[in-house]
Amino acid sequence: MTLASLRRQLLAGDTTSAAILHHLAGEIAARDSLTGAYLSYDLEAALAEAALADLTLPLGGIPIAIKDNINVLGQPCTCGSKILAENYRSPYDATVIRKLRAAGAIPFGRMNQDEFAMGSATENSALQTTRNPRDPERIPGGSSGGPAAAVADATAIAALGSDTGGSVRQPASHCGVVGLKPSYGRVSRYGLVAFASSLDQIGPLTQTVEDAALVLQAIAGFDPLDSTCLDVPVPDYLAGLHHGVHGLKLGVPKEYFGTGIDPGVRKNVESAIQKLAAQGAEIVGISLPHTEHAVATYYVIAPAEASSNLSRFDGIRYGHRTAKPADILDLYKKSRDEGFGPEVKRRIILGTYVLSSGYYDAFYGRAQKVRTLIRRDFEAAFQQVDAVLSPVAPTPARKIGAFANDPLHEYLSDIFTLSANLAGIPGISVPCGTTHFDGATNLPVGLQILGPHLCEAKLLQIAQAVEV
Amino acid sequence: MSHSHIDVRYVAKLARLELSDEEVAIFQPQLEAILRHAEALSQLDVTGIEPTAHPAPVFDRMRADVPHASLSPDALLRNAPDQTQAQIRVPKVVTDA
Repeated sequence: MTLASLRRQLLAGDTTSAAILHHLAGEIAARDSLTGAYLSYDLEAALAEAALADLTLPLGGIPIAIKDNINVLGQPCTCGSKILAENYRSPYDATVIRKLRAAGAIPFGRMNQDEFAMGSATENSALQTTRNPRDPERIPGGSSGGPAAAVADATAIAALGSDTGGSVRQPASHCGVVGLKPSYGRVSRYGLVAFASSLDQIGPLTQTVEDAALVLQAIAGFDPLDSTCLDVPVPDYLAGLHHGVHGLKLGVPKEYFGTGIDPGVRKNVESAIQKLAAQGAEIVGISLPHTEHAVATYYVIAPAEASSNLSRFDGIRYGHRTAKPADILDLYKKSRDEGFGPEVKRRIILGTYVLSSGYYDAFYGRAQKVRTLIRRDFEAAFQQVDAVLSPVAPTPARKIGAFANDPLHEYLSDIFTLSANLAGIPGISVPCGTTHFDGATNLPVGLQILGPHLCEAKLLQIAQAVEV
Repeated sequence: MSHSHIDVRYVAKLARLELSDEEVAIFQPQLEAILRHAEALSQLDVTGIEPTAHPAPVFDRMRADVPHASLSPDALLRNAPDQTQAQIRVPKVVTDA
Protein backbone atom coordinates (compact mmCIF):
# COMPACT_ATOMS: atom_id res chain seq x y z
CA MET A 1 0.00 0.00 0.00
CA THR A 2 1.40 3.39 -0.91
CA LEU A 3 1.29 6.35 1.42
CA ALA A 4 -0.86 8.28 -1.07
CA SER A 5 -3.45 5.50 -1.41
CA LEU A 6 -3.64 5.01 2.36
CA ARG A 7 -4.24 8.74 2.77
CA ARG A 8 -7.22 8.48 0.40
CA GLN A 9 -8.59 5.48 2.33
CA LEU A 10 -8.15 7.27 5.66
CA LEU A 11 -9.95 10.38 4.41
CA ALA A 12 -12.76 8.28 2.92
CA GLY A 13 -13.19 6.47 6.24
CA ASP A 14 -12.29 3.11 4.67
CA THR A 15 -9.53 2.47 7.19
CA THR A 16 -8.12 3.91 10.41
CA SER A 17 -4.66 4.74 11.60
CA ALA A 18 -4.97 2.01 14.26
CA ALA A 19 -5.97 -0.53 11.61
CA ILE A 20 -2.90 0.39 9.54
CA LEU A 21 -0.66 -0.09 12.58
CA HIS A 22 -2.20 -3.46 13.46
CA HIS A 23 -1.79 -4.52 9.83
CA LEU A 24 1.89 -3.51 9.85
CA ALA A 25 2.48 -5.32 13.15
CA GLY A 26 0.99 -8.45 11.52
CA GLU A 27 3.24 -8.08 8.47
CA ILE A 28 6.29 -7.61 10.71
CA ALA A 29 5.38 -10.70 12.74
CA ALA A 30 4.92 -12.67 9.52
CA ARG A 31 8.10 -11.70 7.66
CA ASP A 32 10.56 -9.60 9.62
CA SER A 33 12.17 -12.60 11.34
CA LEU A 34 13.64 -13.36 7.90
CA THR A 35 14.26 -9.80 6.66
CA GLY A 36 15.54 -8.36 9.95
CA ALA A 37 14.74 -4.76 9.07
CA TYR A 38 13.29 -3.79 12.46
CA LEU A 39 15.47 -3.45 15.55
CA SER A 40 12.43 -2.62 17.66
CA TYR A 41 8.99 -1.05 17.55
CA ASP A 42 6.51 0.21 20.11
CA LEU A 43 2.99 -0.62 18.95
CA GLU A 44 1.29 0.63 22.13
CA ALA A 45 2.91 4.07 21.88
CA ALA A 46 2.05 4.30 18.18
CA LEU A 47 -1.58 3.28 18.82
CA ALA A 48 -1.85 5.97 21.48
CA GLU A 49 -0.70 8.52 18.90
CA ALA A 50 -3.02 7.02 16.28
CA ALA A 51 -5.99 7.59 18.57
CA LEU A 52 -5.22 11.32 18.52
CA ALA A 53 -4.17 11.58 14.85
CA ASP A 54 -5.56 14.52 12.90
CA LEU A 55 -6.44 12.94 9.56
CA THR A 56 -6.85 16.32 7.87
CA LEU A 57 -3.09 16.93 8.07
CA PRO A 58 -0.95 16.02 5.00
CA LEU A 59 0.38 12.78 6.55
CA GLY A 60 -2.40 12.38 9.12
CA GLY A 61 -2.46 8.89 10.66
CA ILE A 62 0.43 7.48 8.57
CA PRO A 63 3.14 5.45 10.37
CA ILE A 64 6.69 6.21 9.19
CA ALA A 65 9.62 3.88 10.00
CA ILE A 66 12.74 5.62 11.33
CA LYS A 67 16.39 4.70 10.82
CA ASP A 68 17.96 4.03 14.19
CA ASN A 69 20.20 7.11 14.11
CA ILE A 70 17.36 9.66 14.29
CA ASN A 71 16.21 10.58 17.80
CA VAL A 72 12.56 10.01 18.74
CA LEU A 73 11.62 11.04 22.28
CA GLY A 74 11.63 8.07 24.68
CA GLN A 75 12.68 5.53 22.05
CA PRO A 76 16.01 3.72 21.60
CA CYS A 77 18.52 5.17 19.14
CA THR A 78 21.23 2.53 18.81
CA CYS A 79 22.84 3.67 15.53
CA GLY A 80 23.36 -0.07 15.01
CA SER A 81 26.07 0.05 17.68
CA LYS A 82 26.70 -1.77 20.92
CA ILE A 83 27.85 1.53 22.39
CA LEU A 84 24.26 2.86 22.40
CA ALA A 85 22.32 -0.42 22.57
CA GLU A 86 22.39 -1.01 26.34
CA ASN A 87 20.55 1.86 27.89
CA TYR A 88 20.17 4.93 25.68
CA ARG A 89 16.71 6.48 25.31
CA SER A 90 16.32 9.66 23.26
CA PRO A 91 15.64 12.67 25.49
CA TYR A 92 14.19 14.67 22.58
CA ASP A 93 12.67 14.53 19.10
CA ALA A 94 14.84 15.27 16.07
CA THR A 95 13.52 18.19 14.03
CA VAL A 96 12.41 15.81 11.24
CA ILE A 97 10.36 13.92 13.82
CA ARG A 98 8.78 17.14 15.11
CA LYS A 99 7.94 18.02 11.51
CA LEU A 100 6.53 14.55 10.77
CA ARG A 101 4.36 14.79 13.88
CA ALA A 102 3.25 18.30 12.88
CA ALA A 103 2.16 16.79 9.54
CA GLY A 104 0.14 14.15 11.42
CA ALA A 105 2.50 11.20 10.89
CA ILE A 106 3.39 8.63 13.55
CA PRO A 107 7.04 7.53 13.96
CA PHE A 108 6.81 3.73 14.14
CA GLY A 109 9.75 1.35 14.25
CA ARG A 110 13.51 1.61 14.69
CA MET A 111 15.26 0.37 11.57
CA ASN A 112 18.56 -1.48 11.31
CA GLN A 113 21.59 0.17 9.74
CA ASP A 114 25.35 -0.07 9.44
CA GLU A 115 26.93 1.05 12.69
CA PHE A 116 26.87 4.86 12.75
CA ALA A 117 25.84 4.70 9.07
CA MET A 118 29.30 3.46 8.04
CA GLY A 119 28.82 0.87 5.34
CA SER A 120 27.09 -0.06 2.11
CA ALA A 121 25.55 -3.40 3.07
CA THR A 122 24.09 -3.12 6.62
CA GLU A 123 26.59 -5.90 7.44
CA ASN A 124 28.33 -3.50 9.83
CA SER A 125 25.33 -3.42 12.16
CA ALA A 126 26.52 -4.77 15.52
CA LEU A 127 22.97 -5.84 16.34
CA GLN A 128 21.51 -8.01 13.59
CA THR A 129 21.62 -9.05 9.94
CA THR A 130 19.21 -7.48 7.50
CA ARG A 131 18.44 -9.41 4.34
CA ASN A 132 17.25 -8.18 0.96
CA PRO A 133 13.55 -9.11 0.69
CA ARG A 134 14.03 -9.76 -3.07
CA ASP A 135 16.64 -12.44 -2.25
CA PRO A 136 17.41 -13.26 1.40
CA GLU A 137 20.95 -14.44 0.60
CA ARG A 138 21.79 -10.90 -0.44
CA ILE A 139 22.50 -7.60 1.24
CA PRO A 140 19.81 -4.93 1.30
CA GLY A 141 22.49 -2.30 0.66
CA GLY A 142 23.37 0.28 3.22
CA SER A 143 23.70 2.02 5.36
CA SER A 144 19.90 2.53 5.43
CA GLY A 145 19.36 -1.19 4.78
CA GLY A 146 16.62 -1.58 7.41
CA PRO A 147 14.47 1.27 6.05
CA ALA A 148 14.89 0.09 2.43
CA ALA A 149 14.23 -3.58 3.22
CA ALA A 150 11.09 -2.79 5.23
CA VAL A 151 9.59 -0.58 2.52
CA ALA A 152 10.40 -3.24 -0.12
CA ASP A 153 8.96 -5.97 2.13
CA ALA A 154 5.78 -3.92 2.79
CA THR A 155 6.41 -4.08 6.53
CA ALA A 156 6.67 -0.28 6.38
CA ILE A 157 4.75 2.22 4.27
CA ALA A 158 7.56 4.76 4.13
CA ALA A 159 10.76 5.39 6.06
CA LEU A 160 13.35 8.00 6.89
CA GLY A 161 17.01 7.18 6.28
CA SER A 162 20.20 9.20 6.24
CA ASP A 163 22.58 9.59 3.29
CA THR A 164 26.24 10.55 3.83
CA GLY A 165 27.68 8.92 0.69
CA GLY A 166 24.71 7.08 -0.83
CA SER A 167 23.14 5.49 2.23
CA VAL A 168 19.57 6.23 1.13
CA ARG A 169 19.99 5.88 -2.66
CA GLN A 170 22.03 2.66 -2.81
CA PRO A 171 19.83 0.49 -0.52
CA ALA A 172 16.78 1.90 -2.34
CA SER A 173 18.35 0.71 -5.61
CA HIS A 174 19.23 -2.73 -4.21
CA CYS A 175 15.76 -3.27 -2.73
CA GLY A 176 13.73 -1.79 -5.59
CA VAL A 177 12.25 1.25 -3.84
CA VAL A 178 12.54 5.03 -4.22
CA GLY A 179 15.22 6.83 -2.16
CA LEU A 180 15.84 10.58 -2.10
CA LYS A 181 18.85 12.44 -0.72
CA PRO A 182 17.86 16.10 -0.45
CA SER A 183 20.28 18.99 -1.03
CA TYR A 184 22.62 19.75 1.83
CA GLY A 185 20.73 22.22 4.02
CA ARG A 186 17.26 21.32 2.71
CA VAL A 187 16.38 19.18 5.75
CA SER A 188 17.46 19.81 9.34
CA ARG A 189 20.07 17.46 10.77
CA TYR A 190 19.19 18.35 14.38
CA GLY A 191 18.65 15.04 16.18
CA LEU A 192 20.37 12.93 13.51
CA VAL A 193 23.39 11.32 15.18
CA ALA A 194 26.26 12.93 13.27
CA PHE A 195 28.59 10.81 11.12
CA ALA A 196 30.12 13.39 8.73
CA SER A 197 28.45 16.72 9.33
CA SER A 198 29.27 18.34 5.98
CA LEU A 199 27.87 15.33 4.08
CA ASP A 200 24.95 13.95 6.14
CA GLN A 201 21.37 14.53 5.02
CA ILE A 202 18.08 12.85 6.01
CA GLY A 203 15.84 11.59 3.21
CA PRO A 204 12.77 9.43 2.53
CA LEU A 205 12.59 5.82 1.29
CA THR A 206 9.21 5.05 -0.25
CA GLN A 207 7.41 2.77 -2.65
CA THR A 208 6.64 5.54 -5.14
CA VAL A 209 8.01 8.90 -6.28
CA GLU A 210 4.77 10.60 -5.19
CA ASP A 211 5.24 9.22 -1.67
CA ALA A 212 8.81 10.55 -1.59
CA ALA A 213 7.45 13.99 -2.53
CA LEU A 214 4.85 13.78 0.27
CA VAL A 215 7.44 12.90 2.92
CA LEU A 216 9.98 15.47 1.69
CA GLN A 217 7.25 18.12 1.82
CA ALA A 218 6.76 17.36 5.51
CA ILE A 219 10.43 17.29 6.58
CA ALA A 220 12.00 20.05 4.44
CA GLY A 221 12.55 23.58 5.67
CA PHE A 222 14.44 25.92 7.94
CA ASP A 223 15.39 24.98 11.48
CA PRO A 224 17.11 27.42 13.81
CA LEU A 225 18.60 24.42 15.68
CA ASP A 226 20.77 23.45 12.67
CA SER A 227 23.07 26.26 11.57
CA THR A 228 23.59 24.57 8.19
CA CYS A 229 19.86 24.33 7.43
CA LEU A 230 18.87 26.81 4.72
CA ASP A 231 16.35 29.57 5.38
CA VAL A 232 14.73 29.43 1.95
CA PRO A 233 11.11 28.71 0.95
CA VAL A 234 10.03 25.10 0.42
CA PRO A 235 8.26 24.64 -2.94
CA ASP A 236 5.19 22.46 -3.52
CA TYR A 237 6.81 19.14 -4.45
CA LEU A 238 3.59 17.67 -5.82
CA ALA A 239 2.67 20.60 -8.08
CA GLY A 240 4.97 19.69 -10.99
CA LEU A 241 5.20 15.98 -10.36
CA HIS A 242 3.33 15.01 -13.54
CA HIS A 243 4.71 17.70 -15.84
CA GLY A 244 6.85 15.16 -17.69
CA VAL A 245 10.30 15.58 -19.20
CA HIS A 246 9.45 17.09 -22.59
CA GLY A 247 12.10 19.69 -23.45
CA LEU A 248 14.34 18.90 -20.49
CA LYS A 249 18.04 18.41 -21.15
CA LEU A 250 19.40 15.37 -19.32
CA GLY A 251 23.13 14.74 -19.10
CA VAL A 252 24.74 11.31 -19.31
CA PRO A 253 28.29 11.50 -17.90
CA LYS A 254 30.72 9.24 -19.71
CA GLU A 255 32.66 8.63 -16.46
CA TYR A 256 29.61 6.86 -14.97
CA PHE A 257 29.32 4.32 -17.80
CA GLY A 258 32.86 2.92 -18.00
CA THR A 259 34.09 -0.59 -17.44
CA GLY A 260 33.21 -2.24 -14.16
CA ILE A 261 29.48 -1.76 -14.54
CA ASP A 262 27.47 -4.94 -14.57
CA PRO A 263 25.93 -5.45 -18.05
CA GLY A 264 22.45 -5.89 -16.55
CA VAL A 265 22.73 -2.62 -14.66
CA ARG A 266 23.92 -0.85 -17.81
CA LYS A 267 21.07 -2.30 -19.90
CA ASN A 268 18.37 -1.26 -17.43
CA VAL A 269 19.80 2.23 -16.92
CA GLU A 270 20.16 2.76 -20.67
CA SER A 271 16.56 1.58 -21.20
CA ALA A 272 15.39 4.13 -18.63
CA ILE A 273 17.33 6.84 -20.45
CA GLN A 274 15.70 5.76 -23.74
CA LYS A 275 12.32 5.91 -22.06
CA LEU A 276 12.94 9.52 -21.00
CA ALA A 277 14.14 10.35 -24.53
CA ALA A 278 10.95 8.82 -25.94
CA GLN A 279 8.97 11.19 -23.70
CA GLY A 280 10.70 14.20 -25.23
CA ALA A 281 13.80 14.70 -23.09
CA GLU A 282 16.98 15.69 -24.90
CA ILE A 283 19.82 13.37 -23.87
CA VAL A 284 23.23 15.06 -23.86
CA GLY A 285 26.63 13.41 -23.36
CA ILE A 286 28.60 15.24 -20.68
CA SER A 287 31.77 14.84 -18.63
CA LEU A 288 32.35 15.02 -14.88
CA PRO A 289 36.13 14.71 -15.14
CA HIS A 290 37.00 14.41 -11.43
CA THR A 291 34.67 11.46 -10.81
CA GLU A 292 37.57 9.00 -10.45
CA HIS A 293 38.81 10.97 -7.41
CA ALA A 294 35.50 10.92 -5.56
CA VAL A 295 36.21 7.75 -3.56
CA ALA A 296 39.62 8.93 -2.31
CA THR A 297 38.25 12.39 -1.51
CA TYR A 298 35.27 11.01 0.34
CA TYR A 299 37.23 8.42 2.32
CA VAL A 300 39.51 11.15 3.63
CA ILE A 301 36.84 13.74 4.46
CA ALA A 302 34.14 11.46 5.87
CA PRO A 303 36.42 9.57 8.32
CA ALA A 304 38.03 12.87 9.37
CA GLU A 305 34.65 14.29 10.31
CA ALA A 306 33.60 10.97 11.87
CA SER A 307 36.69 10.77 14.08
CA SER A 308 35.77 14.18 15.47
CA ASN A 309 32.02 13.52 15.79
CA LEU A 310 32.44 10.11 17.43
CA SER A 311 34.75 11.47 20.12
CA ARG A 312 31.56 12.20 22.08
CA PHE A 313 31.15 8.46 22.68
CA ASP A 314 33.53 8.23 25.61
CA GLY A 315 31.53 6.32 28.24
CA ILE A 316 30.88 9.43 30.32
CA ARG A 317 27.48 11.02 29.60
CA TYR A 318 25.63 8.24 27.75
CA GLY A 319 26.25 4.90 26.12
CA HIS A 320 28.42 1.97 27.13
CA ARG A 321 30.92 2.34 29.97
CA THR A 322 33.50 -0.36 30.65
CA ALA A 323 33.00 -2.31 33.88
CA LYS A 324 36.08 -1.69 36.02
CA PRO A 325 38.25 1.11 34.63
CA ALA A 326 41.66 1.64 36.25
CA ASP A 327 41.46 5.39 35.68
CA ILE A 328 39.75 7.94 33.44
CA LEU A 329 41.95 7.25 30.39
CA ASP A 330 41.36 3.52 30.76
CA LEU A 331 37.62 4.25 30.93
CA TYR A 332 37.70 6.14 27.60
CA LYS A 333 39.83 3.56 25.78
CA LYS A 334 38.10 0.41 27.01
CA SER A 335 34.59 1.82 26.70
CA ARG A 336 35.27 2.78 23.08
CA ASP A 337 37.06 -0.48 22.26
CA GLU A 338 34.20 -2.54 23.70
CA GLY A 339 31.45 -0.35 22.23
CA PHE A 340 32.59 0.25 18.63
CA GLY A 341 32.72 -2.37 15.87
CA PRO A 342 35.60 -2.83 13.40
CA GLU A 343 34.43 -0.52 10.60
CA VAL A 344 33.85 2.35 13.03
CA LYS A 345 37.30 1.82 14.55
CA ARG A 346 38.90 1.73 11.10
CA ARG A 347 37.30 5.03 10.16
CA ILE A 348 38.13 6.71 13.47
CA ILE A 349 41.79 5.69 13.08
CA LEU A 350 41.85 6.76 9.42
CA GLY A 351 40.21 10.09 10.28
CA THR A 352 42.54 10.72 13.20
CA TYR A 353 45.51 9.99 10.95
CA VAL A 354 44.51 12.31 8.08
CA LEU A 355 43.87 15.13 10.56
CA SER A 356 47.11 14.64 12.47
CA SER A 357 50.09 16.96 12.27
CA GLY A 358 52.27 16.18 9.25
CA TYR A 359 49.48 14.47 7.28
CA TYR A 360 46.74 17.09 7.41
CA ASP A 361 47.89 18.97 4.29
CA ALA A 362 48.71 15.84 2.31
CA PHE A 363 45.34 14.21 2.93
CA TYR A 364 42.62 16.34 4.51
CA GLY A 365 43.62 19.73 3.10
CA ARG A 366 44.11 18.27 -0.35
CA ALA A 367 40.84 16.32 -0.26
CA GLN A 368 38.96 19.54 0.57
CA LYS A 369 40.47 21.14 -2.53
CA VAL A 370 39.58 18.17 -4.75
CA ARG A 371 36.09 18.44 -3.27
CA THR A 372 35.96 21.92 -4.81
CA LEU A 373 36.92 20.43 -8.21
CA ILE A 374 34.15 17.82 -7.91
CA ARG A 375 31.65 20.53 -6.97
CA ARG A 376 32.75 22.62 -9.97
CA ASP A 377 32.28 19.62 -12.30
CA PHE A 378 28.60 19.63 -11.38
CA GLU A 379 28.27 23.42 -11.58
CA ALA A 380 29.65 23.27 -15.12
CA ALA A 381 27.38 20.34 -16.03
CA PHE A 382 24.29 22.16 -14.80
CA GLN A 383 25.11 25.07 -17.11
CA GLN A 384 24.42 22.59 -19.91
CA VAL A 385 21.74 20.26 -18.58
CA ASP A 386 18.79 20.21 -16.16
CA ALA A 387 19.83 16.96 -14.46
CA VAL A 388 22.33 14.11 -14.68
CA LEU A 389 21.41 10.43 -15.16
CA SER A 390 23.53 7.49 -14.02
CA PRO A 391 23.47 4.10 -12.34
CA VAL A 392 23.22 4.15 -8.53
CA ALA A 393 25.66 1.28 -8.00
CA PRO A 394 27.93 -0.66 -10.37
CA THR A 395 26.19 -3.98 -9.61
CA PRO A 396 22.91 -5.22 -8.13
CA ALA A 397 22.88 -6.52 -4.54
CA ARG A 398 25.76 -8.87 -3.81
CA LYS A 399 25.69 -11.87 -1.49
CA ILE A 400 26.02 -11.36 2.26
CA GLY A 401 29.66 -11.75 3.36
CA ALA A 402 31.23 -11.40 -0.08
CA PHE A 403 33.55 -8.48 0.76
CA ALA A 404 34.53 -9.41 4.30
CA ASN A 405 38.03 -8.08 5.13
CA ASP A 406 38.29 -5.93 2.00
CA PRO A 407 37.00 -2.50 3.00
CA LEU A 408 38.67 -0.70 0.07
CA HIS A 409 36.83 -2.91 -2.42
CA GLU A 410 33.56 -2.05 -0.69
CA TYR A 411 34.39 1.68 -0.70
CA LEU A 412 35.02 1.61 -4.46
CA SER A 413 31.45 0.42 -5.05
CA ASP A 414 30.21 3.78 -3.69
CA ILE A 415 31.69 5.62 -6.69
CA PHE A 416 28.40 6.84 -8.25
CA THR A 417 26.73 8.15 -5.10
CA LEU A 418 29.54 9.88 -3.15
CA SER A 419 29.91 12.90 -5.43
CA ALA A 420 26.41 14.23 -4.69
CA ASN A 421 27.26 14.44 -0.99
CA LEU A 422 30.63 16.06 -1.69
CA ALA A 423 28.91 18.64 -3.93
CA GLY A 424 25.87 19.05 -1.63
CA ILE A 425 23.43 18.43 -4.48
CA PRO A 426 20.24 16.33 -4.37
CA GLY A 427 19.95 12.83 -5.80
CA ILE A 428 17.19 10.28 -6.18
CA SER A 429 17.22 6.55 -6.89
CA VAL A 430 14.20 5.26 -8.75
CA PRO A 431 13.65 1.61 -9.75
CA CYS A 432 14.23 1.05 -13.48
CA GLY A 433 14.02 -2.72 -13.88
CA THR A 434 15.48 -6.01 -12.73
CA THR A 435 18.33 -8.15 -13.94
CA HIS A 436 20.11 -11.48 -13.63
CA PHE A 437 23.30 -11.26 -11.58
CA ASP A 438 25.64 -13.72 -9.95
CA GLY A 439 23.23 -16.64 -10.12
CA ALA A 440 20.19 -14.63 -9.07
CA THR A 441 17.26 -13.48 -11.15
CA ASN A 442 15.11 -10.38 -10.89
CA LEU A 443 17.42 -8.25 -8.78
CA PRO A 444 16.32 -4.59 -8.77
CA VAL A 445 18.33 -1.86 -10.51
CA GLY A 446 18.01 1.84 -9.74
CA LEU A 447 18.45 4.89 -11.95
CA GLN A 448 20.13 7.81 -10.20
CA ILE A 449 19.06 11.35 -11.07
CA LEU A 450 21.23 14.20 -9.78
CA GLY A 451 20.20 17.85 -9.98
CA PRO A 452 21.33 21.35 -9.05
CA HIS A 453 21.23 22.46 -5.42
CA LEU A 454 17.64 22.79 -4.10
CA CYS A 455 16.11 21.37 -7.32
CA GLU A 456 14.40 18.39 -5.67
CA ALA A 457 11.13 19.20 -7.46
CA LYS A 458 12.84 18.69 -10.82
CA LEU A 459 14.32 15.35 -9.71
CA LEU A 460 10.93 14.14 -8.54
CA GLN A 461 9.37 15.22 -11.83
CA ILE A 462 11.96 13.26 -13.85
CA ALA A 463 11.75 10.25 -11.51
CA GLN A 464 7.98 10.23 -11.92
CA ALA A 465 8.45 9.97 -15.69
CA VAL A 466 10.74 6.95 -15.20
CA GLU A 467 8.25 5.30 -12.88
CA VAL A 468 5.18 5.66 -15.14
CA MET B 1 57.16 11.02 -0.03
CA SER B 2 54.83 8.22 0.90
CA HIS B 3 52.29 8.92 3.58
CA SER B 4 50.65 5.53 3.41
CA HIS B 5 52.62 4.03 6.29
CA ILE B 6 50.51 4.32 9.42
CA ASP B 7 51.40 3.33 12.97
CA VAL B 8 47.98 1.95 13.78
CA ARG B 9 48.55 1.46 17.49
CA TYR B 10 49.89 4.98 17.98
CA VAL B 11 47.03 6.61 16.04
CA ALA B 12 44.51 4.47 17.93
CA LYS B 13 45.98 5.78 21.16
CA LEU B 14 45.49 9.36 19.94
CA ALA B 15 41.86 8.44 19.21
CA ARG B 16 41.42 6.90 22.69
CA LEU B 17 40.90 3.41 21.30
CA GLU B 18 42.52 0.40 22.94
CA LEU B 19 43.05 -2.16 20.21
CA SER B 20 43.91 -5.82 20.64
CA ASP B 21 46.93 -7.26 18.80
CA GLU B 22 44.50 -9.06 16.50
CA GLU B 23 42.76 -5.82 15.61
CA VAL B 24 46.07 -4.09 14.85
CA ALA B 25 47.08 -7.00 12.61
CA ILE B 26 43.80 -6.80 10.68
CA PHE B 27 43.63 -3.00 10.40
CA GLN B 28 47.26 -2.38 9.42
CA PRO B 29 47.11 -3.70 5.81
CA GLN B 30 43.52 -2.50 5.32
CA LEU B 31 44.34 1.08 6.33
CA GLU B 32 47.54 1.10 4.29
CA ALA B 33 45.58 0.01 1.20
CA ILE B 34 43.05 2.80 1.76
CA LEU B 35 45.79 5.41 2.28
CA ARG B 36 47.61 4.25 -0.87
CA HIS B 37 44.38 4.79 -2.77
CA ALA B 38 43.98 8.26 -1.19
CA GLU B 39 47.53 9.18 -2.17
CA ALA B 40 46.36 9.36 -5.79
CA LEU B 41 44.94 12.77 -4.87
CA SER B 42 48.53 14.05 -4.76
CA GLN B 43 48.71 13.71 -8.56
CA LEU B 44 46.10 16.43 -9.05
CA ASP B 45 47.14 20.05 -9.45
CA VAL B 46 45.18 21.98 -6.83
CA THR B 47 47.20 25.18 -7.00
CA GLY B 48 44.98 28.13 -6.22
CA ILE B 49 41.92 25.95 -5.53
CA GLU B 50 39.91 26.99 -2.48
CA PRO B 51 39.08 24.13 -0.10
CA THR B 52 35.42 23.17 0.35
CA ALA B 53 34.71 22.57 4.02
CA HIS B 54 31.03 22.87 3.51
CA PRO B 55 28.84 22.49 0.41
CA ALA B 56 26.14 25.10 1.13
CA PRO B 57 26.67 28.86 0.94
CA VAL B 58 25.81 29.55 4.58
CA PHE B 59 28.41 30.89 6.96
CA ASP B 60 28.51 32.25 10.47
CA ARG B 61 24.79 32.44 10.97
CA MET B 62 23.94 33.70 14.47
CA ARG B 63 20.62 33.14 16.15
CA ALA B 64 18.86 35.89 18.08
CA ASP B 65 20.35 36.20 21.55
CA VAL B 66 17.16 35.17 23.31
CA PRO B 67 17.04 32.51 26.03
CA HIS B 68 15.04 29.41 25.16
CA ALA B 69 14.14 26.23 26.97
CA SER B 70 16.68 23.39 26.88
CA LEU B 71 16.60 19.84 28.18
CA SER B 72 16.30 19.41 31.93
CA PRO B 73 19.23 17.99 33.93
CA ASP B 74 16.95 15.11 34.84
CA ALA B 75 16.29 14.24 31.18
CA LEU B 76 20.01 14.30 30.40
CA LEU B 77 21.10 12.33 33.46
CA ARG B 78 18.72 9.53 32.60
CA ASN B 79 21.24 8.22 30.02
CA ALA B 80 24.33 8.59 32.22
CA PRO B 81 26.08 5.26 32.95
CA ASP B 82 26.83 6.33 36.52
CA GLN B 83 25.51 9.22 38.55
CA THR B 84 25.23 10.59 42.04
CA GLN B 85 23.76 13.75 43.57
CA ALA B 86 22.31 14.86 40.21
CA GLN B 87 25.75 14.71 38.60
CA ILE B 88 27.60 12.27 36.33
CA ARG B 89 30.13 10.20 38.29
CA VAL B 90 33.54 9.39 36.77
CA PRO B 91 36.78 7.94 38.14
CA LYS B 92 39.21 10.36 39.73
CA VAL B 93 40.70 12.59 37.01
CA VAL B 94 43.69 13.98 38.92
CA THR B 95 46.37 11.95 40.67
CA ASP B 96 47.40 12.61 44.26
CA ALA B 97 50.02 15.32 44.73
